[in-house]
Amino acid sequence: MTPPWWFTLPALLLFAFVVLIPSGRGVYYAFTDWDGLDPDFAFIGLRNFTDMLGDEDAVQAIWHTVLIAVAITVIQNGIGLLLALGVNSMIKTRNLLRVLLFAPAVVTPIVTAYLWRNLLGPDGAVNAVLGPWGRDWLGDPGLALWMIVVVVVWQFAGYSMVIFLAGLQSIPREIYEAAAIDGTGALRRFWSIVRPLLAPAITINLMLSIIGGIKLFDQVYALTGGGPGHATDTISTLIYKDAFTLGEFGYSIALAVVLTIIVAIASAAQYTFLSRNEKAAS
Amino acid sequence: MNRYTKRTFALETLMIAVGIVFAFPVYVLVNLAIRQPSDTSSPIRPTMSPTFANFTGAWREAGLGGALINSVLVTVVSVTIVLAVSALAAYPLARSAARWSRTTFLVIMLGLVLPFQLASLPLYQTVRDLGLLGSVWSLVLFYSGLQVPFTTFLYVGFLRALPRDFEEAASIDGATPFTTFRYVVLPMLKPITVTALVLNAVAVWNDFFTPLLYLSGSDQQTVPVAVAGFVGQFVSDWNLIFAALIISIIPVLAVYLALQRSIINGFAGGLKG
Repeated sequence: MTPPWWFTLPALLLFAFVVLIPSGRGVYYAFTDWDGLDPDFAFIGLRNFTDMLGDEDAVQAIWHTVLIAVAITVIQNGIGLLLALGVNSMIKTRNLLRVLLFAPAVVTPIVTAYLWRNLLGPDGAVNAVLGPWGRDWLGDPGLALWMIVVVVVWQFAGYSMVIFLAGLQSIPREIYEAAAIDGTGALRRFWSIVRPLLAPAITINLMLSIIGGIKLFDQVYALTGGGPGHATDTISTLIYKDAFTLGEFGYSIALAVVLTIIVAIASAAQYTFLSRNEKAAS
Repeated sequence: MNRYTKRTFALETLMIAVGIVFAFPVYVLVNLAIRQPSDTSSPIRPTMSPTFANFTGAWREAGLGGALINSVLVTVVSVTIVLAVSALAAYPLARSAARWSRTTFLVIMLGLVLPFQLASLPLYQTVRDLGLLGSVWSLVLFYSGLQVPFTTFLYVGFLRALPRDFEEAASIDGATPFTTFRYVVLPMLKPITVTALVLNAVAVWNDFFTPLLYLSGSDQQTVPVAVAGFVGQFVSDWNLIFAALIISIIPVLAVYLALQRSIINGFAGGLKG
């Protein structure tokens, strides 16, 4: 006997009201010149999207979004994996380090970002440590974007670590030991034994960091506000600015449609690539 | 391999150094929060004459008391609703192979890809028309719907891996579907419920974008928007701001340190889901 279909109703209604219907209306508004208030608005076809191609700020924001997402994914997972390998050893401080390194991941991102805004400021602690090598980290258009990546990685490398660690601990000890007895080198052991068995952890980590990176808003808002100029604007910050400071709701929603498409492409690419990878590993 | 060798010691030293680098921002945070505004020495010099005045000042000015109550209220109510409706929905979705079940599941999973930015602006209009703009209850409604896809995904994955024997035994004994859900299925879901609870609570508590949109300019605030408002108001009074940041993260860190094992396992638990 299968449970009745109406068990899905409460979840379905909430989901439809909050996500599905507004998203559908969003796609429609993306083809209008709606300003968020006026009930009279015109259907303008693809104009929001063609305008976007000629809008330097929008093109730059899309580029920043992709760049930030890729950089965060690579660096955060690289460091997270190294931390996991370090903590998954015989060192005495492993439990303490695990708790410490993961701690930033539970703290509110907007709060850690404000902390870092001060640390990276001209008179901040980072410059106090670096002395003559100090820079205006957030005021330099060439550096500011990378500082956002640094802050996100500092906060979430421990998150990647915890997931990698769970993957590492699911690998039976005997497998390592057998390989060690066979005289397999450490790197070789990692590449041919650990890496394939880590496939599920890699999948989850890449998925979380790339989608989180694409949608990034809080850290940019608090660290630079998208500045200097528009040097660190992402699609998310531009959506917010265009809608709530310029009143261009239609254009802003068109940007949200672009954001959705990028998330969908990234998810589909990862799904195809990683499921093939996981299959090859098993 | 199981002995503490010289190489283990080298690794230990390296990892402790890494830990210190990661903890450095927290040292500066505390160091400046207890500093008098007149003390303009380097931010990394230990504060010699500490004061507690920044904390009392920040508490008085930032409205953090009310914001903390709102954040607790929003998190508790919306996470309870999300867990309840998602677990209930996951039961038929995991157990039925009928077309409606597969279609419903796919539609809900669509929500994993749709960024909230897309829905947020049309919702803004709906909420304004309903007169709920500036009310924390609008947030409860949003999170209750927003977190459904992810939570349902966790529950369905977990439930599919569980045998049906107990449910079938219950229904042979004449239990109604709801009784079976409440007394047979729900207790089996406990491990994944811990994971879903932790992940949802952290996501809801920390969310900034939603309250920024829907609570702006109102007197009802959650912690993240109260902090942002405070920073906007006291721009460069960093001693005061840092005290406010510390007050805002103490509840989170307290819960984290008290329940670290379940919380870390909760975050890692999505792996098995």
